[in-house]
Amino acid sequence: MVSIRSIPSEPSSLSPNDLPWRIVHDENRCTLCGKCAAVCPVNTLKLSYMRKRMPRMVLNSSERGSNFKTFVGIRQSTDVGRRCVGCGTCSMVCPNEAIAPVHNSTDRYKFQATAGGDAAKRGGRRNDASSSLLDRIIFNRISMLTDPALDAGRHEFTYNTILGRVLPPEEYIKRKLSGEWIPPTREIFPFIIGSMSFGALSPNMWLGLLQGVAYCNEVLGIPVVMATGEGGCPPWVLKSPFLKYIILQVASGYFGWDEIIRAIPDMQCEPAAIEIKYGQGAKPGDGGLLMWFKVSKLIARLRGVPEGIDLPSPPVHQTLYSIEESVMKMIQSMSMAWNFKVPVYPKISGSTSAKAVLNNLVRNPYASALLIDGIDGGTGAAYDISLNATGHPIATNVRDCYLDLCKQGKQNEIPIFAAGGVGKNGNVVQNALALIMLGASGVHMGKFIMQSAAGCLGSEQNRCNVCNVGICPKGITSQNPKIYRRLDPDKVAERVVETFQAIQVEVKKVMAPLGRSQSLPIGMSDALGIADKDAADRLNIQYVC
Amino acid sequence: MCRLAMKTASEAFSPFSVISAMEAMQEGYDGSGLGLLLRGLEFADYNYNGKDPVLSGIAHTPEALHRLDGIMEGKGFQLKYDHEFETDRSMVEAQDRFKYILRVYKQPDAWTSFTEEKIEEELLMTRIGIRLDGETHGADLTVFSLWPDVGMIKEVGWPLEIGKAFKLNEDRVKSRICFAQGRQNTNYGINLYACHPFFIQGVCTMTNGENTAFTPIKDWLSGKGFPGYMGYQSDSEVFAHILHYVTKQLGLPLQAYKHVMTPLSNAELAVHPQGDFLLGLRQVCRRLIIDGPNAVIGSLPGETCMIAMDAKKLRPMMIGGNPGEWAAASEMCGVDAMIPVRDRANDFQPMRQHTVIIPPDRQELEIWSQFDQFPQNQAA
Ligand code: SF4
Ligand code: SF4
Repeated sequence: MVSIRSIPSEPSSLSPNDLPWRIVHDENRCTLCGKCAAVCPVNTLKLSYMRKRMPRMVLNSSERGSNFKTFVGIRQSTDVGRRCVGCGTCSMVCPNEAIAPVHNSTDRYKFQATAGGDAAKRGGRRNDASSSLLDRIIFNRISMLTDPALDAGRHEFTYNTILGRVLPPEEYIKRKLSGEWIPPTREIFPFIIGSMSFGALSPNMWLGLLQGVAYCNEVLGIPVVMATGEGGCPPWVLKSPFLKYIILQVASGYFGWDEIIRAIPDMQCEPAAIEIKYGQGAKPGDGGLLMWFKVSKLIARLRGVPEGIDLPSPPVHQTLYSIEESVMKMIQSMSMAWNFKVPVYPKISGSTSAKAVLNNLVRNPYASALLIDGIDGGTGAAYDISLNATGHPIATNVRDCYLDLCKQGKQNEIPIFAAGGVGKNGNVVQNALALIMLGASGVHMGKFIMQSAAGCLGSEQNRCNVCNVGICPKGITSQNPKIYRRLDPDKVAERVVETFQAIQVEVKKVMAPLGRSQSLPIGMSDALGIADKDAADRLNIQYVC
Repeated sequence: MCRLAMKTASEAFSPFSVISAMEAMQEGYDGSGLGLLLRGLEFADYNYNGKDPVLSGIAHTPEALHRLDGIMEGKGFQLKYDHEFETDRSMVEAQDRFKYILRVYKQPDAWTSFTEEKIEEELLMTRIGIRLDGETHGADLTVFSLWPDVGMIKEVGWPLEIGKAFKLNEDRVKSRICFAQGRQNTNYGINLYACHPFFIQGVCTMTNGENTAFTPIKDWLSGKGFPGYMGYQSDSEVFAHILHYVTKQLGLPLQAYKHVMTPLSNAELAVHPQGDFLLGLRQVCRRLIIDGPNAVIGSLPGETCMIAMDAKKLRPMMIGGNPGEWAAASEMCGVDAMIPVRDRANDFQPMRQHTVIIPPDRQELEIWSQFDQFPQNQAA
């Protein structure tokens, strides 16, 4: 055995096999074009000279039995900061299929991902590869006894939802007769593009989304809306007729709101709604964080800050004493800013205390809805611990809140919107309709739309998930024009449209056999089943097996 | 699929004529139950005053009957007439029917100073009290209605058999309105409380079809805190409660019922004369939107009858008659059985937008379309 000193080993030294993704490279196919190394977002690939033995049959003992050959191979960096993230961009650009990342379940890098004393951070999603509860809920109350059954292809279906405070019928009639104020509502498609900020997303991604949303509304008549996230909205959008498809978010950093307030006099229409962010499922207790890599000139202008600095939002709205007070003051001020014509609602992270917030809203005549963001929610940047282990799953949270409203007979008054992991494994309609039948009025989806409309590479196996550092290989979450020009906004728009069209088809394919076509089946829990007794009991749905 | 038959006439007639319509449509039900509503009552051996409350139900044991008497006396009701059905028990499947109740009471003296609303509330609470009493005693007491001029009979079995068992063909009891529903049991167990028609405070409906939006509607009505919105042994019970809610709680005209159950689409409302009001109404009453194939026949205080369809017209319905008598049934043969001689030019099949109203004078059908303006007593 050699002396230990001769091996370059330090506490943080890793071998390729300690990393979450290993690069498999076939030098027989490689033509040394170098595209993989050039494109790798984390710069992990190094072409390096290697030597291999070429065995040879030797009959004469005076000759050596082997020859050696020098070749150019690939080395992957074992530095934690430059580890391969499995995005697969190298294999996408390789003309000869010579390279690919392979998931490695024995990774040890996490123990070392604390360099500099900071805990591990990433973007993207919770890494929970176990099967999602929402994926296991099935729709089992098939309307077989009475015919004619509905035909998803032929019959007309109504499945829009209401965003906004809805009065009790008695109160509506009274106010309508006396000409009093009736809270604003919006009839929207129940699948909402969840809040992703203009700083988090690249301009091309944002433009593509907006174009797609506008097409859905104006050409296809699907009233899709999208939320901005914190950080404002480009002035040309604020002053455009597209603003009506946009939910503007205000969060604790108030970024972008100077620009918004200044634009109010020039607005051609009202925004779809105002979302006040109190919490986010991916990182409860944290404010937003836009890291300096992403604070480009444009973003700096929109947010009213200098270029290239970290932009953390405080965890709480600083001017306020408690959420009750905050909800009241902020909802009222925001409503007032638009003359009580725009729905204003809070977004909170999933929590066992969600019911308390909800009850608060029920008593506030200006509160328009509640958005609950569960633990599976995504983000541009967060600590691993927040993403993985902090928060509350969305299903029980929505269910408890809905049943609480039912007890008070107020389930039609304050719509509950659900977010956090909707479609995380691709089953967006199954997940959304399960949540709707548990009591949600609609869902917000972020990661799903990034994957579906722009080909985001993230996965629950911690694939890619580098949205926080501005190197998004697809150009979705980068502010670097060299990177985001990879993403064609027109193509994104096309995919947005295709995605919503397909969602519509699937919604009908579920509603038709349930015998539902006249309204979105909110709270139709008698149609849900799950092969898990405990989950069934907890959600008050049927156990089936 | 169940079958419905309804007849309304200025002259009281035997419920057997409606049962004969059920017989004509017998392919449509499975003998899991018959429900009858009789409104505008006349008895052969009693001169009934239409203002006196009538109790309908079943006491399954002598003790239950005894307890019922106790409850009614305790409230101050005085028994004026006890209709004895001369029932042929051998023709009734169920063995635990001690006494079928169709009794006329004198309203408690203490109620004379009460407002009409208060009396209606007291009648409802008394009926619910009896129902809960039965439920806490092993379901030995079943009550269908307690209301002036309304009688109800419900039993498990084939309609014709039940009609004969109750000797309804002997004309001892007649009415000016009669509803019958032959049940095809769909979702729930065979239960007398699951038999149509459903009754609440003078409002009564029967339907055929399947209300697939039942659970959310039930959840919303239950949350209203109105004591009568309970029970829900059948997905169709909510039709009666929605009709009650729209006309009595919201005070909207009968035409609004259709707008609540099956609201128009955005495009249709955009050109409707009251589109703005109705769009709001659709939102606030969104949890009452019914779904699935359904035909609804309703009866309201004052002997008005109404017929409405689901939003896609997925159920058949035929209405016909002459001035003074009208009949509606799921099939033409049902109408023929009830009113064989009529001017067939007046026959009408309601479509998805229609509410057919037969006013108490029964002179002609009022055919109201959902696309038209509805009377504006509230919705100014
Ligand atoms: S998979 Fe992505 S991160 Fe890994 S080497 Fe290839 S390009 Fe680089
Ligand atoms: S592709 Fe872009 S947006 Fe998707 S996980 Fe990777 S960095 Fe994030």
